[in-house]
Amino acid sequence: MPGELLRFATAGSVDDGKSTLIGRLLYDSKSLFTDQLAAVEQVSRDRGNDYTDLALLTDGLRAEREQGITIDVAYRYFATPRRKFIIADTPGHIQYTRNMVTGASTADVALILLDARKGITEQSRRHAFLATLLGVPHLVVCVNKMDLVDFAEARFEEIRTEFEEFATRLRVRDMTFIPISALLGDNVVTRSERTPWHDGAPLLSHLEHLHVASDRNFVDVRFPVQYVVRPQSYEVLDYRGYAGTVASGVLKAGDEVVALPSGMESRIARIETADGEVDEAFPPMAVTITLTDDIDLSRGDMLCRPHNMPTVAQDIDAQVCWMDESASLTVGRKYWIKHTTRWARVIVRELEYRIDVNTLHRDEEATELALNEIGRVRLRATQPLFVDPYLQNRQTGAFILVDEGTNKTVAAGMIGRVIS
Amino acid sequence: MIPHTMSQLRSLEAESIHIFREVAAEMHKPCLLFSGGKDSIVMLHVARKAFHPARIPFPVMHVDTGLNFPSILAYRDRWIEKLGLQLVVASVEDAMRRGLVREEPNGSRNRIQTPVLLEAAETHGFDALFGGGRRDEEKARAKERVFSFRDEFGQWDPKNQRPEIWSLYNGRVFPGQSIRVFPLSNWTELDVWSYIREEAVEIPELYLAADREVVERGGMLYAVNPFVTPREGEPVTVKRVRYRTIGDANLTAAVASDADTVEKIVAEIAAVRITERGATRGDDKVSEAAMEDRKKEGYF
Repeated sequence: MPGELLRFATAGSVDDGKSTLIGRLLYDSKSLFTDQLAAVEQVSRDRGNDYTDLALLTDGLRAEREQGITIDVAYRYFATPRRKFIIADTPGHIQYTRNMVTGASTADVALILLDARKGITEQSRRHAFLATLLGVPHLVVCVNKMDLVDFAEARFEEIRTEFEEFATRLRVRDMTFIPISALLGDNVVTRSERTPWHDGAPLLSHLEHLHVASDRNFVDVRFPVQYVVRPQSYEVLDYRGYAGTVASGVLKAGDEVVALPSGMESRIARIETADGEVDEAFPPMAVTITLTDDIDLSRGDMLCRPHNMPTVAQDIDAQVCWMDESASLTVGRKYWIKHTTRWARVIVRELEYRIDVNTLHRDEEATELALNEIGRVRLRATQPLFVDPYLQNRQTGAFILVDEGTNKTVAAGMIGRVIS
Repeated sequence: MIPHTMSQLRSLEAESIHIFREVAAEMHKPCLLFSGGKDSIVMLHVARKAFHPARIPFPVMHVDTGLNFPSILAYRDRWIEKLGLQLVVASVEDAMRRGLVREEPNGSRNRIQTPVLLEAAETHGFDALFGGGRRDEEKARAKERVFSFRDEFGQWDPKNQRPEIWSLYNGRVFPGQSIRVFPLSNWTELDVWSYIREEAVEIPELYLAADREVVERGGMLYAVNPFVTPREGEPVTVKRVRYRTIGDANLTAAVASDADTVEKIVAEIAAVRITERGATRGDDKVSEAAMEDRKKEGYF
């Protein structure tokens, strides 16, 4: 049975060979079923295609099949004896930013595909930028179609150098380059004999061995209270447990804690699960905490440590990615905000700039953010939120905005500087 | 194991628990859809853990097609009682008598469940319904959100889904609208069985291989039961079979298998090369977009 879970996001269009790569990973790990493959082969034949179009595996919706496009994030699953993988597969073209942000938000790894003949494109720059904006800890750049450049080391090195140069402008924590041919299988599952000059592992082995546990924040204790467990039963009278998912840090029984916003202090009496008490809780465990004192604490509040607290802020500086096609973000508009387990309302105070996701140029004259646009905004909330910069904490640094009139999720936000 | 790492099953369980708690905290009146199948059994098992030591704070609904395996109904009632839950039964046969729906020519009550489900949800005012759907099951499901928004008619609009970023779920709805919630979205069939093994979850014996009388129809093996009676001249043979999915007794096929323990089922699923729906569901094979169409009508 596989050990850990690894989530990775891919982005790109059919031309990059992304679907071929995914198809190969699924097929070679025996996660592709014969009836699925048969269905795809049948449709490919019916359409008169020369080859089996593996994109049909992920393009599940009628509109997608009819128009030959991918309109949404598709999730695929495969496992090896070492790990289980969740692929968030996002299209490269239509609504690319919105989908890429969605897929990357929970990813441990972002897979960026380049065509060895074309090298770096606007699209690959955009993918790399979005992956780092969303704090994806590991980038894997697959230089695909190496068979079409005769597995030339010089070409690979040229692309690598150019990409590394571009990446100095991004916050990349870990980046790996792999020369592959998704079509022929070189360096996908097994090491290619045609790239003797490359001493790195093939893609699957790299993904299997990537160290992701240390990507989580085990330092800053943040426990957003999600649900208060109060059994109305005679067996457990007066029980009051605070259920939630550990956002970051390691909690232990006996630890001193502070409750926000009240500022009241207490100690952890027990950390419970339905399977019994545990010694400690760390992300992403879902537990129930009982305290030694009866203090005021409810959903939306947060437990943390006395000498390591998030910023309690009403004014927030953040990068937001706008995801709504029907209305743009403009200064003065109000939205619902959901941050950890807390809802509040915010007003947009300022739009500092809009960023061009292709050139990274900042347009300070911008007056609105339309669909798929990213910008830096200043928000004022109706009540204090308990925040950390997104770069330090992907849980307490993130929020969504929801339109008050339509209830649609309209933006993803990443907190930058915190203003106390 | 390296400190502070979790096995993938524990990660999946934690994610599902988080989803249950989020819905219980934010929605007015959630309800859990229970079919007696392994996914809804696991769902109930995880829901119990999410609210421990309290009871599950919402009722359970069963859309009763009138074509159930009798042992599944017994299983359902035993567990509802054990967990101290309220059971809502939405009866398809009752709806047929009232003229809300009518029997389809092929004998499948899969599609006509939908109006019955929607009516019951409206009567009880449920604004969130938990379903055991998994994204690995089917292509349309692979693109559905964990919190799947449905309009006043229960319809799914695949092109107009709410973006789902991080684990910040948005369950805000206006009156009449609702959310379908899939806590097991990221589980695979193998995960479900591995979890059943690890947690020693009680499962109906239909999932385990046994010698059963079967008839062969359209290349599939149907075990003889009150809803599958041999037709005239149809040969009945005894084969060692088990059910890989459990739906209506008249249309769920069994698979040839020697897996008479959960341990053996896990081994079998790990090696199997055909999807569960492809292997066992006479009612899912209608067209390439059958599931998508049913979802748009309000199905799970």
